[in-house]
Amino acid sequence: MTLSNRARYALASLMGVGLAFIYIPLSVVVINSFNASRTFSWPPTGLSLKWWSKAIANTGVRQALGWSVAAGLSATAIALLLGTCLAFAVSRYEFFGKEVISLLVVLPISLPGVVTGIALSNAFTKQLGISTSLLTVIIGHATFCIVVVYNNALARLRRMGTSLQEASMDLGANGFTTFRLITLPNLASALFAGGLLAFGLSFDEIVVTTFTAGPGIQTLPIWIYDNLFRPNQAPVVNVVAATLVVFSLIPIYLSQWLSQDSTSGGRF
Amino acid sequence: MLESGDVTVSIRNLTKSFGKVQAVNGVDLDIYSGEFLTLLGPSGSGKTTVLRMIAGFEKPDSGSIYLGGEDVSQLPPYERDVNTVFQDYALFPHMDVLSNIEYGLRVQGIEKTERKVRSEKALDQVRLTGYGDRKPAQLSGGQRQRVALARALVNRPSVLLLDEPLGALDLKLREQMQLELKELQREVGITFVFVTHDQEEALTMSDRIAVFDQGRIEQLGTPREIYENPKSAFVSEFVGQTNKITIEGKKINIRPEFVSISSSATLGDKSLEGVLRDAIFVGATTRYLVGLENGEALISIKPTEPLSVGDSVVVSWESKREFLV
Repeated sequence: MTLSNRARYALASLMGVGLAFIYIPLSVVVINSFNASRTFSWPPTGLSLKWWSKAIANTGVRQALGWSVAAGLSATAIALLLGTCLAFAVSRYEFFGKEVISLLVVLPISLPGVVTGIALSNAFTKQLGISTSLLTVIIGHATFCIVVVYNNALARLRRMGTSLQEASMDLGANGFTTFRLITLPNLASALFAGGLLAFGLSFDEIVVTTFTAGPGIQTLPIWIYDNLFRPNQAPVVNVVAATLVVFSLIPIYLSQWLSQDSTSGGRF
Repeated sequence: MLESGDVTVSIRNLTKSFGKVQAVNGVDLDIYSGEFLTLLGPSGSGKTTVLRMIAGFEKPDSGSIYLGGEDVSQLPPYERDVNTVFQDYALFPHMDVLSNIEYGLRVQGIEKTERKVRSEKALDQVRLTGYGDRKPAQLSGGQRQRVALARALVNRPSVLLLDEPLGALDLKLREQMQLELKELQREVGITFVFVTHDQEEALTMSDRIAVFDQGRIEQLGTPREIYENPKSAFVSEFVGQTNKITIEGKKINIRPEFVSISSSATLGDKSLEGVLRDAIFVGATTRYLVGLENGEALISIKPTEPLSVGDSVVVSWESKREFLV
């Protein structure tokens, strides 16, 4: 399709405005984390790393980061295991209620976090009688982390078909060897992409976490939220926010790169 | 190697249904060692299901499959001494060509140097020397086809199963591969069981053909037997073209290439008069469509004669070429 020059410039500037709208505020956060002034006078009069060293020294931040990573990794691990199993069941076997199960698995991603949060909190404390802790955060996060792993794995399994597995068994490999040498290598990049997305989702989740976190459990986003309006913590919040921006870019970029790679058939 | 004439695969009263569809309905078949046997039939006739049951991808509902005298009907694919060339080739996309070919030897625990020697040799055999480090995505359809062949043959199976392997190739390449496959089969001496819906392909390549219809074998025989003495109306229509006409109150069948056409002369002991309705030049021959006096039509395929549409013609043939079904 060819566009007239005017249309091209119009579209380009619209895109520019759209991107600017998203990324200028984000870059202000990153720049402010180096702003020497406590009140964040703009434009910055000087640059300094003092907030960074303050943030690194802050035990609350370090602990929150620890909780976030622990919750993210565990939820991702659960999602990888269960999401992959579910994707196998749905793509390879016929059973009653298959479509319903498929829908039920995907649903949590579109449910409002506040509903999931309340429901889980209710179930944990009232029905099951377990107190909220890191474990309940992990379970809460796993409900929506499963979705991205499941979707990635299912799409890949459907595209793979069954003939690769049949070919492997035909050549003398049993079920386990076939999974190890054929299925898993062809599924790996989809699982990696799904896992990265799942970790990203868990890492910046705030609503479900609020309802499922036990006393003393503070993930990074919750720490930010709690300290946002404390004047003497504001500079540190900036640093943490800047770090979060950088850290969420990495998994998103990687997973996008991976899925591009797989749709173009590998090498090209 | 077994002596030629020994039975390699023996199928007894095989049945298989998918839901309400009876895919295979009582098939008996003996496949001899070293022969090129084709399972020919329209889609849905059960030929591919029989192949998949020999490979072990489907379990029969009843009946047995014997491989070298042993009942393998309940064994998984990896415990059967057969290998398959798949319709979509099913090459492993994450492995290069040589690793694909080596795969069977690798999972059977053959040591590395022997593996390499045998795989390189298989690659030579399918005329792909030097392509070992390419990925399947970098090969053309014909080359993938050869890799799939090499990957199966390198294991020296007692039977090679081929599931419409030439279906995805264009006509020219397909004809070339037909000859190459046949040559390769003679060279390696392995039993080939070949599935196709293309009757010409079946006639070109096979030692014997089993014609399938509705889950049963309609006829089993050499290409000549099948072509010249079809046992049923289905076989006569599916394999080659057949004229069905009434002569002296009797319905007979005659192949178009056995019908001579001329303005007056007859060639053979049966003849009828008619009018030339159409003549289609197809290179080495011309297809003549003749309207007969009784209102029926007849096709003759013969080298081009100096005739034009609308001429009165005489069609003739030898009665021994007729067949009843």
